[in-house]
Amino acid sequence: MYIDIWQFLGGLVHWLLVDIIGPILGWIGFHGLESWLGSPGVLNFVTILLVALIVFTVGMLVAITHIWQERKTLGRLMDRRGTQVGPIGLFQNFADGLKVLVKEAIIPDAADPLVYNAAPVIIIGVSLFMFVTIPYSQGFYVANPQMSVLLTLAIFSLVPFGVLIGGWASNNKYTLIGGLRAAAQIIAYEIPLLLSVIGVIILAGSLNFMDIVAYQQSHVWMVVPMILGFVVFIISMNAELERVPFDLPEAEAELVEGWMTEFGGMKFGLIMMSEYARGFVGASIATLLFLGGWDMPSFLQFIPDELWFLAKVFAVFGLFIWIRGAMPRVRTDQILAIGWKRLLPLAAINIFIAIIFKTLGWF
Amino acid sequence: MAESTIYTIEQVKSRISEAFPTAVKFVNKEKPRRLFMTAEKGSLLELCKLLRDQLGFEHCSLVCGVDRIDRFQCVYHISSIANKIVAEIVVDLPKENPEIDSVTPLWEGANWHERETYDMFGFIFVGHPKLERILLPEDVTFFPMRKDFKVGGI
Amino acid sequence: MTEMWINMGPQHPMTHGLWNLRIKVDGETITDSEPVIGYLHRGWEKEVENRTYPQIIPMSDRLCYGSSFTWSHVYCMAVEDLMGLEVPEKAKWIRAMSDELQRIGNHLMWLAAIGPDLGNLTIFLYAIREREMFLDLFQALCGARMTYNYCRIGGVRNDAPPNWERDVLRTLDYFEKRINEYEDLVDRNAVFRMRMEGLAYLSGKDAVNLGVTGPSLRGSGVKFDVRENDPYEVYDEIDWHMCTRDEGDVYARYRVRIDEMRMSVQIVRDILKKMPKSGPIRVKTPRNAPVGTGIGRMEDPRGESFMYVIGDGSDKPYRLKVRSPFFVTLSAAPHMLKGYKVADVPSIMGMLDVCMGETDR
Repeated sequence: MYIDIWQFLGGLVHWLLVDIIGPILGWIGFHGLESWLGSPGVLNFVTILLVALIVFTVGMLVAITHIWQERKTLGRLMDRRGTQVGPIGLFQNFADGLKVLVKEAIIPDAADPLVYNAAPVIIIGVSLFMFVTIPYSQGFYVANPQMSVLLTLAIFSLVPFGVLIGGWASNNKYTLIGGLRAAAQIIAYEIPLLLSVIGVIILAGSLNFMDIVAYQQSHVWMVVPMILGFVVFIISMNAELERVPFDLPEAEAELVEGWMTEFGGMKFGLIMMSEYARGFVGASIATLLFLGGWDMPSFLQFIPDELWFLAKVFAVFGLFIWIRGAMPRVRTDQILAIGWKRLLPLAAINIFIAIIFKTLGWF
Repeated sequence: MAESTIYTIEQVKSRISEAFPTAVKFVNKEKPRRLFMTAEKGSLLELCKLLRDQLGFEHCSLVCGVDRIDRFQCVYHISSIANKIVAEIVVDLPKENPEIDSVTPLWEGANWHERETYDMFGFIFVGHPKLERILLPEDVTFFPMRKDFKVGGI
Repeated sequence: MTEMWINMGPQHPMTHGLWNLRIKVDGETITDSEPVIGYLHRGWEKEVENRTYPQIIPMSDRLCYGSSFTWSHVYCMAVEDLMGLEVPEKAKWIRAMSDELQRIGNHLMWLAAIGPDLGNLTIFLYAIREREMFLDLFQALCGARMTYNYCRIGGVRNDAPPNWERDVLRTLDYFEKRINEYEDLVDRNAVFRMRMEGLAYLSGKDAVNLGVTGPSLRGSGVKFDVRENDPYEVYDEIDWHMCTRDEGDVYARYRVRIDEMRMSVQIVRDILKKMPKSGPIRVKTPRNAPVGTGIGRMEDPRGESFMYVIGDGSDKPYRLKVRSPFFVTLSAAPHMLKGYKVADVPSIMGMLDVCMGETDR
């Protein structure tokens, strides 16, 4: 069971424009406008806008809920309570958002204003761009390009660009080192990340999220044959998201706040938000590629696909939080050593396994 | 570190009085595991070398300045890990020219103690690698621990 | 990348206080470093020259918020040495017990501080949680949680409260289980080990020469502990042994401190067994000290703390000099930092247990 958002919103827009606004305009006398509003191009455009708006809103809400989830879960892991504002602490993020919103927008004197202001825009834009290709179910998505896996991961790798120029433009030694670290780390972990995905692609025979989920529905969840790839993927995704074992671009103990030291007010709020938006996308990719997407046991069919998908996303993000609660930060040289000497060979082995399975026709 | 020989207080005393018959005087004060002596300014470095290299005093606990109004004193507490003795060496310095040999080349641990003593009393430690103010800012012109510096309002 | 100087401090998450570590980096490798201190200098040694002897006890509490009892203890020992006082038997045992409880509390504070240094907040909250129990014990003992004003020249202020032994034993039993939890979280975590092993190597010879004392020195394999080398109070009657490690790296210092917490638990148990049940806890002290000098020397949680007091016959000390263990340990920091990465600075400095109150005085 799933909600076809395109069909639903398409019908809604058609009803609104053709059946209600159109006749009113015709009654007034604007016949040209009526037929223009009723043309397929306009209907399609308005539908796309509405779909994008709804998916964006849902994505942002999920990202905010991830922040709440992280604060609450970490609180429990550390034997404390976590956020307390509102019912079960749900309103804390909105209070924080309001707080950073009313802060003064400061640009450091030594900073390069243009690049300094552009960096958060690039980062948040790139992060939100990824919502577009993530399907929540067969009908709940914005775009479904043929190679959506490739597109998503390609957008993912744009983030270090924003981090690097943000760190450089702040004109501060800490931010510069943080930006360099971020670039080195994200580029190094891009490769195992992509290689770990290749095993899934080989087995499913497609670069499209829909096809991969359909394959898992008819065969088996990819985490079973590709367990090695799943582990590599989760570790690399942690590094890509700059989360705790690999959060040295913003290592607060030695680099204050890393590359975002000089960003304050809503710029900081947006960067923070974009991190969790990326976290949501990362967990979604893991769910779609390895955990069967919205696939469910047959006796639980009455629960909507979208909820199944989100439940799995929250579970994967919970895994990220658990790792964060248990691990300290890894050092720069160690992080690169782990990436190149451990994860890369493991990902290569994973591809090898995928080829063997595919050749033997086991999965 | 590889001092296998353990010296008692008497042995240490006799070794020191052999080497420095006149320059070093023992204070008549008996406490367990303590050794009290006064030394002349010129023989301090030689005494410390003897203590460190031959008697196994490898740890410099404290370097302390004292303003005795008519003269200055520099007090060294050198302790020995193996012998379990703390030796107190009191050196008198003239008021107008408080210069003394630095023991930092012997014990790196005395480095900051001597800097602090310079900072507070203005003693000049000859041979110290970096004799600058440490606790007070660079531009302070007085030496606050001297007795002629009065604390206001108390 | 050309070499550049980075200021880590005075306002920096790594410093745990107010000081500045200037490091010269080549890329991410440290080629030189220089600690800059004095931001917290409040003229302690000058100020005490204008205070009477009992007035200095609460001031010495405030030398370090983490281990205030040991500081008032070493001060009282120095003045007792100057005045030639003999402390009653029971007061000695209570002092030793408070020392050890304070040592556990301080080591827990240190353990809490290294958590955020290494990027893990969990260990911070765990250690703070257990530190609370020891603060509660001190609250029961003397009514204060941080600065106790408990030690007196010639004894301690009051006897232990009723049910003291039961409360302490219960806390210790609970705490011993918690130490295992820390070991699960830290020792068995590969990433923690990666961040600590092989860092900031100091050979025993260098460490002694640099004046490093306390757990940092014992982590280099040197058997130096004032409790054994210069036993004060009742430490020669207690059943305990010194904890040392031979590696000389950050992990060894960590292990020494964890072992010391276990050893302190054992010592406190032993003290509770051997402590006399009744007796005087304080002797009458003269108002004026004689002309002469006195030395107080003891094992602070950070190392050898030493006070040298000169009396001139009045009720105020003529000169009171403090040897702060961390003051000397910090001077050795450039030797430990050289050649390691910027990311190692928090783990190396955090493992030394920073306390600026006693350093700047």
